[in-house]
Amino acid sequence: MQFDTYIGLEVHAELKTRSKIFCICPNKFGSPANTNVCPVCMGFPGARPMLNRQVVLYGVRAGLALDCDIAEFSRMDRKNYFYPDLPKAYQISQAEIPLCSNGHLDILVENQLRRIGIERIHIEEDAGKLVHDNGPDTLIDFNRCGVPLIEVVTRPDMRSSAEAHEFLETLKSVLQFIDVSDCRMEEGSIRCDVNVSLCPAGSSQLGTRVEMKNINSFSSALRAIEYETARQDTLLSAGGIIHQETRKWDDSRGESFVMRTKENVADYRFFPEPDLAAIHITDDIINNERAYIPELPTAKLLRYTTKFGIPHSEASIIAFDAEKAGMFDEAVNCGRCSPRSICNWIIGDITKYLNDSGVGIPDTGITPESLADLGEAVESKVISSSAAKTVLMELLTKGGSVGEIIRRLDLAQNSDTEYITSLVEEIISANQRSVEDYRNGKTNALGYLVGQCMRRSAGKADPVEVKRLLNIKLNNQEDK
Amino acid sequence: MKLYEYSAAELSEMLMTGKCSSAEIAYDVSERIKEAEPAVGAYITLNDSMLRDAELIDNARNRGGLPHPLSGIPIAVKDNISTAGIRTTCASRMLSSYIPPYDAHAVDCLHRAGSIVTGKTNMDEFAMGSATDTSFFHTTHNPIDTAYSAGGSSGGSAAAVCAGEAILALGSDTGGSVRQPASFCGIVGFKPAYGAVSRRGLIAFAPSLEQIGVMGKTVRDAELLYQLISENDPMDPMMRTCSCKHSSSLRIGVPKELFDSTIVSDECREASFSALRLLETDGAVLTEISVPKLRYAANIYYVISSAEASSELARYDGVRYGHRSQNAAGLESMYVKSRTEGFGDEVKRRIMLGTFVLSEGSREAYYLRALAAMRELRHELDAVFDSCDIIAAPTYPRPPFSANEAQSATDKYSADICTVPANLAGLPALSVPCGKAKNGLPVGIQLMSPAGAEQRLFAAAKKYEELCGGFAQFRGGSGYAV
Repeated sequence: MQFDTYIGLEVHAELKTRSKIFCICPNKFGSPANTNVCPVCMGFPGARPMLNRQVVLYGVRAGLALDCDIAEFSRMDRKNYFYPDLPKAYQISQAEIPLCSNGHLDILVENQLRRIGIERIHIEEDAGKLVHDNGPDTLIDFNRCGVPLIEVVTRPDMRSSAEAHEFLETLKSVLQFIDVSDCRMEEGSIRCDVNVSLCPAGSSQLGTRVEMKNINSFSSALRAIEYETARQDTLLSAGGIIHQETRKWDDSRGESFVMRTKENVADYRFFPEPDLAAIHITDDIINNERAYIPELPTAKLLRYTTKFGIPHSEASIIAFDAEKAGMFDEAVNCGRCSPRSICNWIIGDITKYLNDSGVGIPDTGITPESLADLGEAVESKVISSSAAKTVLMELLTKGGSVGEIIRRLDLAQNSDTEYITSLVEEIISANQRSVEDYRNGKTNALGYLVGQCMRRSAGKADPVEVKRLLNIKLNNQEDK
Repeated sequence: MKLYEYSAAELSEMLMTGKCSSAEIAYDVSERIKEAEPAVGAYITLNDSMLRDAELIDNARNRGGLPHPLSGIPIAVKDNISTAGIRTTCASRMLSSYIPPYDAHAVDCLHRAGSIVTGKTNMDEFAMGSATDTSFFHTTHNPIDTAYSAGGSSGGSAAAVCAGEAILALGSDTGGSVRQPASFCGIVGFKPAYGAVSRRGLIAFAPSLEQIGVMGKTVRDAELLYQLISENDPMDPMMRTCSCKHSSSLRIGVPKELFDSTIVSDECREASFSALRLLETDGAVLTEISVPKLRYAANIYYVISSAEASSELARYDGVRYGHRSQNAAGLESMYVKSRTEGFGDEVKRRIMLGTFVLSEGSREAYYLRALAAMRELRHELDAVFDSCDIIAAPTYPRPPFSANEAQSATDKYSADICTVPANLAGLPALSVPCGKAKNGLPVGIQLMSPAGAEQRLFAAAKKYEELCGGFAQFRGGSGYAV
């Protein structure tokens, strides 16, 4: 029997505000344990929260980027449960009236646009972290308590692990584009839970939903979905039934285990947070936040592939990366060279440099203008492509203008016929054996001679012209 | 006459004119504490440095600082209001050794004005109760007759002011916890409007209802302390300033639901009426009004306040501070045993009640219905204030009862019917003594106004205080009362 798979995601992303959601402690990753804490985020008796306005604004911005309805009035609610990393024994979250609802995110899968429904986005506080690596005792680091989060809940609109993965990558880059989250997976600043249900192929009735928690990376989300899909497929094919339950994913073993069944589902006893007033979102706030939303990755990807003819795999490297896309778009807008060559520079030497040195584009000396100048210099044959690599390294490490670098390092390409003729004649007379080889049919000897000319000219000779004149010279002599 | 017998306003005047020093006042109060405390039991923890603090204030005054009227005045602080460096127990075993790392905003106001903190007063555990007999430490007795209860939950604060163990006191009022003990002890108790005083540092059990309140021997004293602690606090987002236009006439609404003879004892009803008749002779206009939802006020209150308490008190889990059971093995057992050992019966009762009313299946029937009924009550009260300036009612439906009197929880709960409406609607409410019951203890009358119209309350209460000849008569001068 064939089954259709339906996948929904709940993604938590930490917002990059300067302070926490309910107090003025810094929202900072990597500090020594329990140093970014105060009576409010530690849940001390009598301490009361204050809602950080920026958290609300970022939440609204995320909602607008995902085409959500923004609630004019929403409120915070208490979600009550005991856990040592939750100092108040309740999480201040949003239950009944989320900040944003009913949106969508378009993703591009195999060159087809797929629209994934967003059920809701709400704001809430993060919990602390338990540290188990200290002998028999469990220690608690409360630094993360009160770090602001948005939770994005999708509709079960994804049909494969590949779609889920594409959704996660796209969402991550959207949140980075609108500058509300760093989405640093390695710091846990973006995490997700996964829901999977299977139903007989073609059936309109969704199957029983199984939720999986403890997923720490997009790649483990992929594995968890595939594992769960296979598990349910096997069960259903054998005539079994799926129980509504929450399972814990163990990435190292590649398996999931039952955490909670429907019978002992947690009752969080939600009620309106009495310490905080209702959240009122005005049209002014919405208009302000809308102004922060640039063209989003999927739209960029579509534009790059259709308008510029850049292959999907290459275009996505740029389109999903806010820095690279910014560099690319601005350099293209200079109108001095082809988008294709700018793309090649960015996904080639620039990306390699960034990866090797571990920095971002703003940390380098290159600007969109200088990148466009570089492309122009190559396309108009002012410099050779090998000289261009030298210029690029100068730009990345030191900055400056392309023209100045070419002059200073004397890299200008020489296409002068007279100069190249004499260069070619010199190389021919110095390499008679290769000339003999060539005339005896070893055509690859021509490449060797071109290389010798380039070397002799310190890379400045126009290689196309060198090759043309070499051909003429070698063939002319044969004629004599 | 001993200095502790004076009002804060009188002492303030004496300090300004050099007739006494803060150190002298503090000395008299501390001697009085030694004398009265064994029989009254108003305090849990005394401020060891009270006399030294007073000397520092005198020095500062001599250098020309401290212009505030309450500088150098000894003020007692209820033990659920955080004091940095002084243990703050909420009268619970759970917090019996908890020392807050920060001051409540109200305490901060006292410090900045140069007031002297006498100590931390006894209360019902976590402010749940109306007799200061659920305290982990001891029961507080009424200084007028120590066979009687001082009321609660701010019974320690009320008894301290009544006995001269402090000149003024801070209490907290979730459902009457300032007003009821004030009425039992023959003093003035004021619960500010919701949002008029910062709640930062108040260890609330029902934060949507709770306010820090003030107690003093006179209306003026209560007003002075209220003015001091109602300073704006940018760290309490629920603070708000309301203003109502001043009205020169005084129209007093008398809600028939809170004078109903099936609810209120004859003694209390009569005492309230005699006070109202006195105000009537001065030109006040009395109007009978009806606020039907008042009948359900106590029911609404106990559902909502317990719901919030179940959440608010969940943080006492033994993990970071407070009592941690030494007999626990594992996390779950640590939670259960720490809480079982750390909380008393009344607190457990309300946590269970609150957990129940919020749980799946009973939420709609209890919590959501109570919320809806509270909204209706608010609307009804709003409407009533179109035709009257203030509402009057007995503070408590019966005279002070004897200390350690056995009462069922439901009897105790339903007796809060007169005080809880002000909390449910966020209104300012002031209780002043208005008579003596047959048992010789005082009873009080309560005045409520819209938020922002506190001045109406103080003005009417001062007028009554003047007309009746002062409140000292209701404290009777017997026992330890002054």
